[in-house]
Amino acid sequence: MIESLFSEADALLLARIQFAFTIAFHIIFPAFTIGIASYLAVLEGLFLRTRNPVYQKLFRFWLKIFAVAFGMGVVSGIVMSYQFGTNWSVFSDKAGPVIGPLMGYEVLTAFFLEAGFLGVMLFGMNRVGERLHYFATLMVAIGTAISAFWILSVNSWMQTPAGFGINEAGQYIVKDWFEVIFNPSFPYRLAHMLLAAYLTTAFVVGGVGAWHLLKDRSNAAARKMFSMAMWMALLVAPLQVFVGDLHGLNTQQHQPAKVAAMEGHFDTQSQAPLYLFGVPNQATAEVDYAVKIPGLASLILKHDVNAEVTGLDAFPRDEWPPVAVVFWAFRIMVGLGLLMVVVGLWAGIQRARGKLYQSSWLHRSALIMAPSGFVAVIAGWIVTEVGRQPWVIYGLLRTSDAASPIAAEGVGASLLAFIGVYFLVFGAGTVYILRKMSADPDQTHIPDYARPTPVGMAAERLLHEED
Amino acid sequence: MDYALIWAILIAVSVFAYVALDGFDLGLAMLFPWFKSDRDRDVMMNSVAPVWDGNETWLVLGGGGLLAVFPLAYSVLMPALYMPVIAMLLGLIFRGVAFEYRFKTKTNKHLWDLSFILGSLVAALSQGIMLGAMLQGIEVVDRAYAGGWFDWLTWFSLFCGVAVVIGYALLGATWLVLKTTGPLQQKAYRLAFKAAIGLVTCIAFVSLYLPWRDAAIAERWFSFPASLWLWSLPLVLAVVTIGLLRALHAQRQGSPYLWSLGLFLVAFLGFAVSIFPYLVPRAITLWQAAAPDNSLTFLLVGAAVLLPIIFAYTGYTYWVFRGKVRADEGYHD
Ligand code: HDD
Ligand code: HEM
Ligand code: HEM
Repeated sequence: MIESLFSEADALLLARIQFAFTIAFHIIFPAFTIGIASYLAVLEGLFLRTRNPVYQKLFRFWLKIFAVAFGMGVVSGIVMSYQFGTNWSVFSDKAGPVIGPLMGYEVLTAFFLEAGFLGVMLFGMNRVGERLHYFATLMVAIGTAISAFWILSVNSWMQTPAGFGINEAGQYIVKDWFEVIFNPSFPYRLAHMLLAAYLTTAFVVGGVGAWHLLKDRSNAAARKMFSMAMWMALLVAPLQVFVGDLHGLNTQQHQPAKVAAMEGHFDTQSQAPLYLFGVPNQATAEVDYAVKIPGLASLILKHDVNAEVTGLDAFPRDEWPPVAVVFWAFRIMVGLGLLMVVVGLWAGIQRARGKLYQSSWLHRSALIMAPSGFVAVIAGWIVTEVGRQPWVIYGLLRTSDAASPIAAEGVGASLLAFIGVYFLVFGAGTVYILRKMSADPDQTHIPDYARPTPVGMAAERLLHEED
Repeated sequence: MDYALIWAILIAVSVFAYVALDGFDLGLAMLFPWFKSDRDRDVMMNSVAPVWDGNETWLVLGGGGLLAVFPLAYSVLMPALYMPVIAMLLGLIFRGVAFEYRFKTKTNKHLWDLSFILGSLVAALSQGIMLGAMLQGIEVVDRAYAGGWFDWLTWFSLFCGVAVVIGYALLGATWLVLKTTGPLQQKAYRLAFKAAIGLVTCIAFVSLYLPWRDAAIAERWFSFPASLWLWSLPLVLAVVTIGLLRALHAQRQGSPYLWSLGLFLVAFLGFAVSIFPYLVPRAITLWQAAAPDNSLTFLLVGAAVLLPIIFAYTGYTYWVFRGKVRADEGYHD
């Protein structure tokens, strides 16, 4: 067996940190590329319909940013698909028969689709006609959403397992694929994550638009993107709060300990308070420095001020998640969600007053809010993932039983390598993206697409004949 | 039906698809040091920029597929090959981002060239090392890897690493032959010639060394029907090698790449014959590693329907970007 200077516990902790670090980096890119791919499809569609060159400029402007972000998403994603095996081999052995095929479908239905059409989308404009190009853009956008579908199904199954049995080897085996895929928390998580991706993108686009408006209010392309982003904020942010609430109610049903940690409820109580502020103390099972509104948590969770709400005291201590992390991450996410609603409404009001492009304070706020989606997404995932500890498959497999038989030195060394490489490589990518974003969108260069190749034209003709 | 066997074949096909496709774009990167001018490098980069992501997706299918249908093999191999796997992933990061980054910077272009070259080199070397480590055999106790931290590292696995590097360089060079013209192409012919000789030497060496070192493999090779393969191997190898060298000499455009694939196919089949029916050599067979039948069939339905579609649109992408590349072809401006 492997000799180690460190204890098994160190190896486990390092493996957890490594997983959390690599997935947190990965999720940043999909959160943006899912949204931006759809935005590009909308822009190109609008251009083909209206022939308004501003849409074409915006398309080219965001296409280059998308390309860089997508590249980073792909390479960080490839790391993820091997992390299960390198660091969580027991988990892979046991859960592989259930989650493996779902991820297999993700590769077959989403990754190939994206990758196959990405080339045409990025480089193919003068080789295929406009419509085929638009088709490629659509395929990439659809691919990103399908990818979210499958991977969230996997994650949700780990949160709320359903439709399975256990075989002699201790592996989970599937009884009913439909129940596995559409497990109880999946619809909520999928809806919430997709909306999160759209919101994240809306605030990035809005922030970039605002930045250029602050420099020049008459910039046509900046106006257009700001306006589109603020429509998204106005419509989607409230929807997200609503879906988030539903998601929370669903979680309360299936993972009550997680909700208790989110709320900071150590005790089961009626008229449970909502803590606006506080420092949950795991050792004393109390919330220090609490600022609270009595009864509000009962109202939100049970729709009744006097209802009794389950606290952590209902669970054995060794099944408590780290309360403070969950509690605070939840407040950050919800706080940002509410701020997004405020910005959306504010922009709506300014639009109604005809001042959408004149309000510098609105533009400054939108600029500050540009990264808010990323922060909310990461905070949300921390709530979800830390909140389900100590389980990796809820109620079935403990995280501590799921790790690989790898020595701490090895995990530690690879963790350091990941940290160094990620900050270096993705840091550089971020710089390039920011540089692209600060270029004037109204001056975006539109290359000459005059020379479709014969095949492109033939295929184009076929498409025309069909309609 | 024997679904496990069907899946073993499918996984083998996707690994081969990966080698055939990503092999040339990794190999092309490793040839960068022989092409100093920015212009040449732009052409080389642009010849794979539209397809590299799709090529790499086969690797994801290989890994993901292994987890789905042979979870036990996945959960033993990954810890056993921990270091080369991580090194490969890090290498792939450096080379993957270079596609976009190097066109986005004016001052640091050479840095991202370097990241492209070294990233690809590390990825290719790690893949070869993994292959060698598998051929050596992997220690397993109770459904888990039981070997040491550096078991994968021997002179033999390093040799396999170098062989794969040379092999990918050959694929890269013959791909360049197909996609370029003029002096760049001429240089690619010369490089391909050298890499071909190198690869054939490596294959021949491994084929002689393995049965000599390893009684189990020797027995496998000398027993019928594998022995048919054994006796025809030198012949097939010779035919393919001559085909390749002649195609290079006659300055054919497309066939050198195909002949090179032929070399890989020979080596790949040799590898398969040596380890079959094990997935984790000498420890876990493909039937022992297989997930329950309903996991295999569930994904098989999808694969049967989707793989042909994937082949179709992947083929379409290659078709759209067929022909010789020019330096200014990217969308970069
Ligand atoms: C832009 C991003 C964003 C915003 C504004 C919000 N969320 Fe969220 N939230 C996410 C992004 C997110 C996420 C990243 O998508 C998570 C992590 C895992 C998941 O399913 O969604 C998440 C998880 C998550 C969970 C945990 C579910 C579980 O694991 O069981 C709850 C209860 C909420 N959210 C509730 C809310 C509420 C009430 C919000 C309203 C203000 C809110 N979220 C805003
Ligand atoms: C849908 C895809 C995801 C899957 C399948 C998944 C799966 C897992 C697994 C297997 C673990 C086990 C390791 C552990 O518990 O420490 C884990 C933990 C963790 N994950 Fe996720 N995860 C996903 C998404 C995310 C995202 C997007 C984030 C963050 C942005 C995240 C953050 C974390 C964190 C912080 C832990 C560590 C929790 C702890 O150790 O207390 N996860 N996840
Ligand atoms: C542990 C979990 C995860 C694994 C194993 C994983 C794996 C991967 C892989 C291998 C890729 C590259 C695909 C390619 O070669 O083109 C990728 C990209 C992608 N992933 Fe993940 N992923 C995980 C979590 C997530 C989550 C939580 C989401 C979103 C909800 C997501 C959405 C995407 C999307 C949209 C892409 C393509 C676009 C992009 O690269 O930005 N993934 N992922």
